[in-house]
Amino acid sequence: MTHSIIIAGFGGQGILFTGELIAYAAMNEGKNVTWFPSYGPEMRGGTCNCHVTVSDTPIGTPKVEQADTAIIFNLQALDKFESKVKPGGTIILDSSNVKRKVERTDINVIYMNAADEAEKIGERLLAGMVMLGRFQQHTKIVELDSLIGGMNERVSANRAHLKAINEKMIRRGTMIN
Amino acid sequence: MAVIFDKPRSLTDVPFSFCGGCAHGIVHTLVAQTMDELEITDKTIGIASVGCSVMAYNFFACDMQQAAHGRAPAVATGVKRVHPDRMVFTYQGDGDLAAIGTAETIHAAARSENITIIFINNAIYGMTGGQMAPTSLLGQVTQTTPKKRTVESQGYPLRVSELLSTIEGSTYIERCAANNVKNIRATKKAIKKAFEIQKQGGGFSLVEVLSNCPTNWVMSPKASMDWIESDMMPCYPLGVYCDKSAERGVKFDA
Amino acid sequence: MGTKVLLKGNEAIAEAAMRCGCRYFFGYPITPQSEIASYMAKHLPARGGVFLQAESEISAINMVYGAAGSGARTMTGSSSPGISLKMEGISYIAAADIPCVIANIQRGGPGLGGIQPSQQDYYQAVKGGGHGDYHTLVYAPWSVQEMMDLTVLSFDKSDEYRVPAMLMADGTLGQMMEPAEPPPFQDPPNPADKAYATVGTEGGRGKNIINSLYLDPHKLEEVIRERYARYDIIKEKEQLCETMYTDDAEVVVAAYGSAARIVATAISSLREKGVKVGLIRPITLWPFPQKAFDTLTAKVILTVELNMGQMLDDVRLAVGGRIPVEFYGRPGGVVPGAAEIADQIMKLV
Repeated sequence: MTHSIIIAGFGGQGILFTGELIAYAAMNEGKNVTWFPSYGPEMRGGTCNCHVTVSDTPIGTPKVEQADTAIIFNLQALDKFESKVKPGGTIILDSSNVKRKVERTDINVIYMNAADEAEKIGERLLAGMVMLGRFQQHTKIVELDSLIGGMNERVSANRAHLKAINEKMIRRGTMIN
Repeated sequence: MAVIFDKPRSLTDVPFSFCGGCAHGIVHTLVAQTMDELEITDKTIGIASVGCSVMAYNFFACDMQQAAHGRAPAVATGVKRVHPDRMVFTYQGDGDLAAIGTAETIHAAARSENITIIFINNAIYGMTGGQMAPTSLLGQVTQTTPKKRTVESQGYPLRVSELLSTIEGSTYIERCAANNVKNIRATKKAIKKAFEIQKQGGGFSLVEVLSNCPTNWVMSPKASMDWIESDMMPCYPLGVYCDKSAERGVKFDA
Repeated sequence: MGTKVLLKGNEAIAEAAMRCGCRYFFGYPITPQSEIASYMAKHLPARGGVFLQAESEISAINMVYGAAGSGARTMTGSSSPGISLKMEGISYIAAADIPCVIANIQRGGPGLGGIQPSQQDYYQAVKGGGHGDYHTLVYAPWSVQEMMDLTVLSFDKSDEYRVPAMLMADGTLGQMMEPAEPPPFQDPPNPADKAYATVGTEGGRGKNIINSLYLDPHKLEEVIRERYARYDIIKEKEQLCETMYTDDAEVVVAAYGSAARIVATAISSLREKGVKVGLIRPITLWPFPQKAFDTLTAKVILTVELNMGQMLDDVRLAVGGRIPVEFYGRPGGVVPGAAEIADQIMKLV
């Protein structure tokens, strides 16, 4: 079993961290995993993405050409990556930020108002955690406990106050349909 | 019979290979005498540079590294960071220090790297055969300024001591000369002070020594010593350009 | 399980270097290797070491020269344009027979080029780079685990042979995260134990000189020949190479580093369809793993690189016309997908 994920949006939306938490949870479950970020000026220009592959077998290239799941945070990301999802794959879309619908009909789409939900809980910029919860619930690629446990380890000391709120966001994400 | 002069122990038995009348040998001797007097020869690592000073690794009795052109302050930094308890000095000419190695020099000073630089300013590239140095004087004839150095074509001489004295990290910067007994004695005193500062962790020190190049200046040794006084000193006045040793906690024996 | 860590490749290099006793890092910021420096800056002082951001790539490598000559385990890291600047210093280090490690997290070029992953510096790394008759050991990791393991090996072999070692990775390997098991902790070496090191002559040890100048050409020739005798031992003993599915392969792809990762994905998918294709992956680029190529029985070799064809020359030399060698590459920082590589392989089946 190999599952490939593209996560894309604006810098500052926690794109890279969201991917990192999937990778960390997968590692702790003994799976193979790669995480590869966009880097350089592209990040400063606003868009940001990372590719994550989780597998039971050794992983070759960390670059995801066709994703099983794309977690999309903004319109530019949808424009860029809608075509990069496998037929039968899934786009999880933050429709609080993206007003257009997905045009393809051969993939599953989960629309969720992640940023709005995150704002209700306390911080709009933590929408990634809500999306992450939804991703976990949809794919079951990693266990919820591994994600939350991993998050508590990976949040840096100077942001320790965000651990509780992150957990709340992730759990909220698992409950949204 | 009383010994009135002896070769410093900090020099090896390798004979100097400098041209007749060149003051490099004098300055080498001063550095070696300083190491003898401070009893630091076996605790010192010297860095030779490129140019006439390259053979310094053969002449000094302490451990030596030979650096690429202009890189001696960077090499010295590497040595000093590994061995902060050792004395580390570089011995560099004007082409090496003030042209190709300007960045290394300035940043070693900016870091107040706890090293000592002996800087020989003879206003010319000696080893390569007498080309213009950054310190060549306006009007000076060299192999690469055959019709004299002009402002229009080559710009102005670089005054290293003045430049470095503006840098916060510089602890002690003095310009001396090796052209007569009085100045040579003052040079010795400055070198010893610079080493003392380093020994006490005082930070970056540099002693600029106005020196000669009778071969490439095409002068007799005597005339070249006189030229230091008559032509170089007006452009490069002697003196202490910076001394923060007291405020950086250095104490000298009375 | 449980002992693995999740780090970027760049951070893995830094962590492994510190664990194997490197306490002196001199660097200069450049994308995509900057995490090596920032990780060192964060962790090295706490482990009793020195991190110093130099004023230039040139100064950084010369600080390494000074520290290496003083008997320390020391390293620098950079990316392609920065490595060009370091080449003078690397030539001096090779010529002074002192050990150190240089990490090159390659990006697109020539010139300022770009910042995306590339393998454009193969020639520079294995054919010299700086001036003169010399070699550096060149290790090419393809995973974060190997970023760690080969960092340690680079230090060990550099010390053993007193030859500088280069770790040749690229933006993909530097930036990606992957679980890896860190190497065990080793104490830093005692500089005074290195017979060549300038540590001061205190205690009656003879004077040491770290030097590359020999004005007598016959003496210089002798020194170079001694060094080449060591290179011969290295070529005999230190070749590293990995092969996959080469026993029955009709097409063997030769690739190293991140390019080999892409090839591996392509090969997995083609093997599922019954295509007899294999991989030969040089891990040492210098010495080139000649022995592994000697035993290949493929009908054709396809060399895949993220450049216009550089290792290709060494592959052709290695098989000496025995097997035809084709090439596919993408320069400039373009990273091909596995499907693109699979298409190229299928053209040769």
